[in-house]
Amino acid sequence: MAPEADAAGSTATDEQAVGESPPPSPRHREIVEVLGRELGEGLLGHHYSARDAWVRVSPASWRQAGLVCRDVLGLAYLSFVSAIDWKQAPDLGGQKRWDPEAEPTEEPADGPGRWTTGVAGGGTRFQVFARLYDVVGHVGLTLKVDAGDGPDGEGGAAPRAESWVPLFRGADWHERETWEMYGVEFEGHPGLRHLYLPGQFEGFPLRKDFPLLAREVKPWPGLVNVEGLPGEDEPEEPEGSGA
Amino acid sequence: MTATESQQRAYIAGQAAEARVNFALETEGMTLNVGPQHPATHGTLRIVVRLDGEQVVWADPIPGYMHRGYEKLCEVRDYAQVTTLINRIDWLGSFCNEVPFVLAAEELMGIEAPPRAQYIRTVLFEMGRIANLTLFLGDMAAQVGALTPVFYAFRDREYVLNLIESVTGGRFHPNFDRIGGLKDDLPKGWIDETTQVMRRIGEFCDEIDDLLIGNRIFEERCRGIGVVPRDVALEYGLSGANARASGIDWDLRRDEDSPLAWNHADWKVWTHPDGDSFARYWVRQQEVREASKIVGQLLDDLPSGPIRAKTPARIRIPRGETWMHAENPLGEMGYYVVSDGSPGGPFRCKIRTPSFSNVSIVPWLLRGVYVPDVITILASLYFILGDIDR
Repeated sequence: MAPEADAAGSTATDEQAVGESPPPSPRHREIVEVLGRELGEGLLGHHYSARDAWVRVSPASWRQAGLVCRDVLGLAYLSFVSAIDWKQAPDLGGQKRWDPEAEPTEEPADGPGRWTTGVAGGGTRFQVFARLYDVVGHVGLTLKVDAGDGPDGEGGAAPRAESWVPLFRGADWHERETWEMYGVEFEGHPGLRHLYLPGQFEGFPLRKDFPLLAREVKPWPGLVNVEGLPGEDEPEEPEGSGA
Repeated sequence: MTATESQQRAYIAGQAAEARVNFALETEGMTLNVGPQHPATHGTLRIVVRLDGEQVVWADPIPGYMHRGYEKLCEVRDYAQVTTLINRIDWLGSFCNEVPFVLAAEELMGIEAPPRAQYIRTVLFEMGRIANLTLFLGDMAAQVGALTPVFYAFRDREYVLNLIESVTGGRFHPNFDRIGGLKDDLPKGWIDETTQVMRRIGEFCDEIDDLLIGNRIFEERCRGIGVVPRDVALEYGLSGANARASGIDWDLRRDEDSPLAWNHADWKVWTHPDGDSFARYWVRQQEVREASKIVGQLLDDLPSGPIRAKTPARIRIPRGETWMHAENPLGEMGYYVVSDGSPGGPFRCKIRTPSFSNVSIVPWLLRGVYVPDVITILASLYFILGDIDR
């Protein structure tokens, strides 16, 4: 199977960009088309794999996208809401071999640079993504929204996104978890308080720049297992392997 | 002896006076901690409930006593090492945790395990389900006061665990699934033994049936307690048996194309319209029966052939994102895996666990119920703490 093509920056919803996979089913195509019609400029990109679909919407239409999915498209089951931090952390156990200073690359193959957008594109360090599902038609959709660059970016504001609690009551816990792990502020959430961590906890553990203390103290002993076997092409030494 | 009119009036006046006294009595609110250590919680979940008399005013579950940070740890391990971690999520049906992750990695790599491996995966998956849910069947009864089913459940679960152990080497944490196939083939004589045990599991379900279904105490403790309507279940993201007990006819094993072999067996998805604790119990009991049928049928026509596809010795997964979910014993479990193409592990691994959503309904569900029903509801929602606090 070829690596998935990147649909970054694609705003066309009815025309497929060159090199993009076709929709896996007519229902997936319909979902993306309806979202494109209802959101207009709010739909920033989409992507299909062999069995799944992704859409990326603008921050201003995040809640609207959830509403359309729930009420128009029948995607009434909320699987999860979470976030991703696209910053590359070179020091997490020394297993990632990308040069943190290297220019980001959009190459779908394993280029020398890091990957900063994901499928369906992205513009900021933090992205919030959610999964909705139709329990009658058995079709799912992953929605993504850019959440901002966080403290390192311009303005240094916390990443933020619209809350889905008014749409799905189950989003409450998912957004609380995302807030405490990534520091994403959800606008309109009834009470962002810690779910797992103690109340005085400082920092956001799942951000890539949050150090994993166990690794700072001792390098991961499992690293030996990743060494190449004889006959394979010799892997380069990981840079800064934390030893 | 019939009461005279004056006697009746006196009686009514007495009742009314008593009612006025009760009305004037101010009940003081009380805060009660259910847990962190309570047998109904399968781990350490603390639920703070505010009581007015015997009724719950609000409830707030506080998870996190066992949070192990698996999503962070997944980022610093490679793909082969992640399965060791995710074994510990739902520790009663560990093999079921491995399968969606391995399928996700296989999809990103563009490989598929051979048919024999898919069959054995399905068999072990369903045996994990049986090991998990038999414990529930016994434990739920214990929560409402019946002790016998617990002993039956532990006895018969032991047979299943022994079989899992003889294949994988681990009773609770098999760590047996590999990207591209399985670690080993089945041992000799295992199939016959398993067929017998599956028959035994069917008998176990009959025994539980005799003990509980129609039992007046059990029915009164469970019927109509903790009713979850269909739309509320969807909104909170309830999945698995909890959703099917609310009338949602949805089972990922049947409804989605999976590389695993569920389509090759003849079985049925059971739903219940009531949405109460009894319905959740009943649906899970049917699931154990169906799972034992699936195992028997798949072992009957197990294909021959290799158990592992050709994979490079060092797993390196190209760039991509995928979402892979499966119908685990507790509900929809899935992994959102992002690979950045580097030789290490996943760039991001979001673990969607069923218990997390299943418990997030607790504040809604406990409002207004009586204290003993709190335990019935918690037991019937059936969560495992490792599955909330991954």
